[in-house]
Amino acid sequence: MNVTVSRSPKLAVKAATKVYRTASGDFMALQHCSLDVHRNEIVSIVGPSGCGKTTLLRAMSGLHGLTEGEVMLDNQKITGPHPDIGIVFQEANLLPWRDLDANIRFPFEIKRERPDRQWIEHLLHSVGLDGFGGKYPRELSGGMQQRAAMVRALALKPSVLLMDEPFGALDTFTREEMNRLVESIWLDTRTTIVFITHSIEEAIFLSDRVIVLTGGPGRVAREYPVRFERPRSSEVMATREVFDLTNAIKRDIVGERESRLNGSAPQREATS
Amino acid sequence: MDSSETIPEFRKGGASKGGEASLANLSAFSRGSGMASAKEVLAILGVAVVVIGGIELALRFFNVPQYIMPTPSAIAYALFTDFPLILPHLGDTLVELLGGFAIGACVGLILAAVITQFPFAEKIVAPYILILVTTPMLALVPLLILRFGFGYTPRIIVVALASGPMVMINAATGFRRVDSAKIALARSYGANTLQMFWKIRAPMALPMILVGLMIGAIFGLLTAVGAEMVGGGFGLGNRLTTYSSMIQMPQFFAVVVILSALGILIYTIFFLIGKKWASWEA
Ligand SMILES: Nc1ncnc2c1ncn2[C@@H]1O[C@H](COP(=O)(O)OP(=O)(O)OP(=O)(O)O)[C@@H](O)[C@H]1O
Ligand SMILES: [Mg+2]
Repeated sequence: MNVTVSRSPKLAVKAATKVYRTASGDFMALQHCSLDVHRNEIVSIVGPSGCGKTTLLRAMSGLHGLTEGEVMLDNQKITGPHPDIGIVFQEANLLPWRDLDANIRFPFEIKRERPDRQWIEHLLHSVGLDGFGGKYPRELSGGMQQRAAMVRALALKPSVLLMDEPFGALDTFTREEMNRLVESIWLDTRTTIVFITHSIEEAIFLSDRVIVLTGGPGRVAREYPVRFERPRSSEVMATREVFDLTNAIKRDIVGERESRLNGSAPQREATS
Repeated sequence: MDSSETIPEFRKGGASKGGEASLANLSAFSRGSGMASAKEVLAILGVAVVVIGGIELALRFFNVPQYIMPTPSAIAYALFTDFPLILPHLGDTLVELLGGFAIGACVGLILAAVITQFPFAEKIVAPYILILVTTPMLALVPLLILRFGFGYTPRIIVVALASGPMVMINAATGFRRVDSAKIALARSYGANTLQMFWKIRAPMALPMILVGLMIGAIFGLLTAVGAEMVGGGFGLGNRLTTYSSMIQMPQFFAVVVILSALGILIYTIFFLIGKKWASWEA
């Protein structure tokens, strides 16, 4: 790998501004929000509820456009859903009328491609779902559904994986298990991952960088590098360093929210 | 949701969360159990034996004359002996039902699929659909007979008019249940409009479509029989009027038994289809 390639970001959000036009007026969800995600990096985005994380991720995925600014993937402007970008949604979002195999086949049907059986078997095995291909989503636990959703997202071998609070609905233990799974998948594939979460612990465990977003309107407040070796053991996660980092991030988020509650309401523009 | 503005739902409180429309909901033979187990079948048959036997005994005991109420055994006997005479009329009714239902269901389904894509058009069409659903189409039969004569045509038209709106209103409820996350999923893989329809919208609407088809078919049956009673010399409805005017009560009730069997058959067909293809909702 030469230096210029590794320096250029995998995914770059440039001065993103998003205005939602609603019946009650325009609402600015993002304003001049910029961030880079580097190749093979895991970046977490945390921030108070409603600060624009999902909006940002949707823009990165090409599902929604921006009012201003742009998103670049490998220096190419993204104008719509991109085959190189996989998405794991909040809640597994499996299709209930398809069994697990058919759910994982779904992206290939849409793209009219032949599924890579071997790769899918490998993924299913690595998330511990082999032998469940004939099961329907309702027959799987929440954690299993989310694992299946990860397999579906990874089946097309995307180079970027966007995850929007994928484990928000799971209990703490299952969540930790899922975090280890993401880590092991990353160790296996080195997929660039953008991970939105409300759990600071989860963010620190997974990421190379934790980006704190502030709301009203959303932009990047701070970012914290996390420099532990992977795989990250529970001992590492129990160190003073992690504790301090957690508190710093928490202060950022809570402080921001308090100042918002005491101060001005989220910025609204006059109806156009 | 705002059912005053969109095409009204057949079952209120419908479009709430996405898990509401299983076929089994409609029946007294509730979900969960689905099909009755062997034990339940035995119990149901037992009740039938007791009820029918009881009626038989009571009618005999009180010496009720046959022109008021024939005994079940007399009805069964009539069903057996006169079946060859009734059979062609059953065929006529089926022709009207299947013909009218096929037309009504196709038009209803297509309209529902198209109209739900255009909220504005949907609001414009909604009141007219409501009128079609609530107006008893039987009222049109005399008029249609004047125009089309006593053949199949007026009956097929009226069956189509009765079943189509029922299919449409329920299918529209199904198609309107957009799950934006699943739409986003398909879009993220670059699905085109057709793929979106066949792989997301249609399967998601299927349970409600089946409900609509079943209600539509049963409405179609009622309407076909009603139309036959109004005019024309053939069909099960015509048999009802004929037998009752000739005071052939066992034959009359034999036709009623055939009609209820038809209704149950319709229900069972859609129940089984729902079980096979839309059981993911339960
Ligand atoms: N489709 C929309 N129309 C209008 N406003 C919207 C829309 N989607 C989001 N918003 C507003 O934009 C802001 C940011 O929303 P977004 O969903 O991005 O927040 P979030 O950070 O993901 O929140 P959470 O952590 O609760 O998921 C919110 O205030 C929300 O009310
Ligand atoms: Mg969100």
